Amino acid sequence: MNWESWQAFWAMGGYGLYVWGSFGMTALCVAGEIWLLRRHRQRTLDTLRRLQRLNQQP
Amino acid sequence: MNLYYYASPATFYPLAGKLIPWFAGLAVVLGAIGLYISFFIAPTDFQQGEGYRIIFIHVPAAWMSMFIYLVMAFWSAIGLAFNTRLSFLIARALAPTGAMFTFIALWTGAFWGKPMWGTWWVWDARLTSELILLFLYVGYMALQAAIDAPRRADRAGALLNLVGVINIPIIYFSVKWWNTLHQGSSVSLTGAPSMAMIMLWGMLVMALAAWMYTIAVSLARSRILILERERQTEWARAQLEGQA
Repeated sequence: MNWESWQAFWAMGGYGLYVWGSFGMTALCVAGEIWLLRRHRQRTLDTLRRLQRLNQQP
Repeated sequence: MNLYYYASPATFYPLAGKLIPWFAGLAVVLGAIGLYISFFIAPTDFQQGEGYRIIFIHVPAAWMSMFIYLVMAFWSAIGLAFNTRLSFLIARALAPTGAMFTFIALWTGAFWGKPMWGTWWVWDARLTSELILLFLYVGYMALQAAIDAPRRADRAGALLNLVGVINIPIIYFSVKWWNTLHQGSSVSLTGAPSMAMIMLWGMLVMALAAWMYTIAVSLARSRILILERERQTEWARAQLEGQA
């Protein structure tokens, strides 16, 4: 085990800003991509269904 | 099993749907193991202290940025050669994730460069060629978005994709060809890696997690693209009604 306390873990031996800035941005990007993808899927499905309903009307 | 069977969007769509949870699950498990190695098993570096732990994101992200571009180029080439619609869509589905990893490689590089080199950015060959890779991804996506006719967009994008491949060996060999501030590679295809085994394992597990993530997201994205393109077909209509 590398860390004596949670405080030491977050401090990263003085490199906290850089280490957490890197891992944090990565987490943000991954979460953001998944969120955008879900929204894209939902919007596409909504649009396509609306088109389909319009086409079905006599 | 006949591979050509799955080259049809109508069969690929449900197959991709079934595969996504498996790849997503693997990505989560491997990511958790990778993070555990990164922070709790890998020891402190004797030169860079804890700051070096950025390597576990930086290197896999940089690998992914180049690999994804090559995989896209492969599908673009297949698409241009055999005129298979699905190949173009897979290349297209990969692009945003490739751009994301390129951005992460640059971002983590800056956050690593600042404490170790004393600067966020230098215009050295490695950093500049990686930035060009980001522009290639963005250019590819912008080009696709700008052309309304789908088949023309496919072909134009594939062409840009293939021309841009020249940049990948430039990135890879830049640290050998030029005198860069960026260090040479610690892991090479030939010869033993110049780092502790546990660090190498951490990077490999993280890279594998990134692969699984990439496959899951790009399968999900290709499903959306397929549905958009095939909306006039019988199966797509049935699919849309079924999920209502």
